[in-house]
Amino acid sequence: MAEKKTNRRDFLFTATYAVGAVGVGATVWPMIDQMNPDASVKALASTEVDVSSVTPGNTITVLWRGKPVFIRRRTQEEIAEAKSVKLEDLKDPQKDEERAKDPEWLVMLGVCTHLGCVPLDQKGDYNGWFCPCHGSHYDISGRIRKGPAPTNMEVPKYEFVNSNTIKIG
Amino acid sequence: MSDQEYTPKSKFGKWFNDRLPLLSLASHLTDYPTPKNLNYWWTFGGILTFCLITQIVTGLTLAMHYIAHADMAFESVEHIMRDVNYGWLIRYIHANGASMFFLAVYIHIFRSLFYGSYKSPREIIWILGIIIYLLMMAAAFMGYVLPWGQMSFWGATVITNLFSAIPLVGEGIVTWLWGGYSVDNPTLTRFFTLHYLIPFLILGLVVLHIWALHVPGNNNPVGIDIKKPSKDTVPFHPYIVIKDGFALLMFMIVFAFFVFYTPNILGHADNYIEADPLVTPAHIVPEWYLLPFYAILRSVPDKLLGVVAMLSAILILAALPWLDTSKIRSAVFRPLYKQFYWILVADVLILGYVGAMPAEGLYLLIARVATAYYFLHFLVILPVLGLKERTLPVPISITEPVLGGSLNLATAKNKESFNNK
Repeated sequence: MAEKKTNRRDFLFTATYAVGAVGVGATVWPMIDQMNPDASVKALASTEVDVSSVTPGNTITVLWRGKPVFIRRRTQEEIAEAKSVKLEDLKDPQKDEERAKDPEWLVMLGVCTHLGCVPLDQKGDYNGWFCPCHGSHYDISGRIRKGPAPTNMEVPKYEFVNSNTIKIG
Repeated sequence: MSDQEYTPKSKFGKWFNDRLPLLSLASHLTDYPTPKNLNYWWTFGGILTFCLITQIVTGLTLAMHYIAHADMAFESVEHIMRDVNYGWLIRYIHANGASMFFLAVYIHIFRSLFYGSYKSPREIIWILGIIIYLLMMAAAFMGYVLPWGQMSFWGATVITNLFSAIPLVGEGIVTWLWGGYSVDNPTLTRFFTLHYLIPFLILGLVVLHIWALHVPGNNNPVGIDIKKPSKDTVPFHPYIVIKDGFALLMFMIVFAFFVFYTPNILGHADNYIEADPLVTPAHIVPEWYLLPFYAILRSVPDKLLGVVAMLSAILILAALPWLDTSKIRSAVFRPLYKQFYWILVADVLILGYVGAMPAEGLYLLIARVATAYYFLHFLVILPVLGLKERTLPVPISITEPVLGGSLNLATAKNKESFNNK
């Protein structure tokens, strides 16, 4: 055993371990992947919302993929306020134009980016949203201003199907 | 172990025992030499076994009536409470049983901290215990989700979102845990499966925990190594069995008080409102037994660091046998450690209190100071204290301080250990 040199048996051992590892991996993967979103969950990918009844200064909340989506029709003062914020003051710098295609309509996931609670409308230090769970303050553009949340509230993919209908997803 | 040479008396017993040595095991368990000075803080091991069995038995019966589906779970729990024969009793025992389990485990852990039971040669027992404690928290959390009330839903949302703090793969992991884009039916069914599984994992680990305990034997309030069996020990049966049994009865009185007189005081009223993914309750708090860690999470203003701090607060316990550098086990002979021990107890209670309060103003400040002290205790105070502390003389046996009069008299002969550090 003092001298170790590679022989045919070593090659067979290594090859057996390698094939075995691939086999175990291929067997385990379906067991892991079965926990990912299934086809029926993925099928509920988009929702159409009628927003004709929303008046300026009001927010409606709709459910999309099990999560609340805030749709706020902002007033002119709110739009002006959202645009006036300097990017240096933001933790996650983003212009209001990047968040709202049509400045009158702010569409975003109503999910706090800290740990997933639903922030309260028109609360907090920045006249936007306030998360009651761990105290994150968002402004009228849904951008994080104060508290533990790391990023702005997420803007989902959406489009105006016509002037009264928004399609989310 | 002294019971190796055990032979059953009957011929059949011998025949059976040669093939499966169950009788040898039973003999080992009854004769197991136990330090004779164990106090009532040592009865919580038995109490915890009782708690585990209670949770498994009541859990099995509840599972016969519960329906793990987002549309039916809440109603099925109300069905258990109102329609199922004694359903209210079984569910209240199970729900309060979780709290009693944690009450007992915290006493058990703090007993170990006071008497240095985690130190060599009992490190593996201690680490197995920490793993059991982690699994208990996982089981309790998932069990709390099953009634599908508001606190269930939002507790599940907040806790699973902790994983989103992991850079790059965090969001993917959370989606994988949920089986969707939010906590929903797939989450509920998998939590039910795991909640059913974990108690049996705990049961297996408890067997290892006790096995590992029976190798060196119990620590004791004096914290010295003893000869086994000797005049310092008594057989487990009947001495410890009776003592544990009496303590268990006292514990069951407390348990029964909660179940019969105030079954909902440890829960939250919000959980009697069905889960609503559109509305978060105004004040989210976890169950009382998780509050100190929740306070640590909230005291850090950064998401990732908060999660890291919370997990570290638990995992740091696993390193305790190596962080505590003192060779003396029992706090009885460590005058300075004894004071720091009680400060730590107060610190954890304060963390628990502020964890239940809103995370703002003075509460947040207190939580930050208490969090800093918690880590200071384990990372600085314990390592330094073991090297600097002047410990008191340790007796040479348990019998001497008990039968030989005062502690000092017994230790006078043992002066060389006085400045042992």
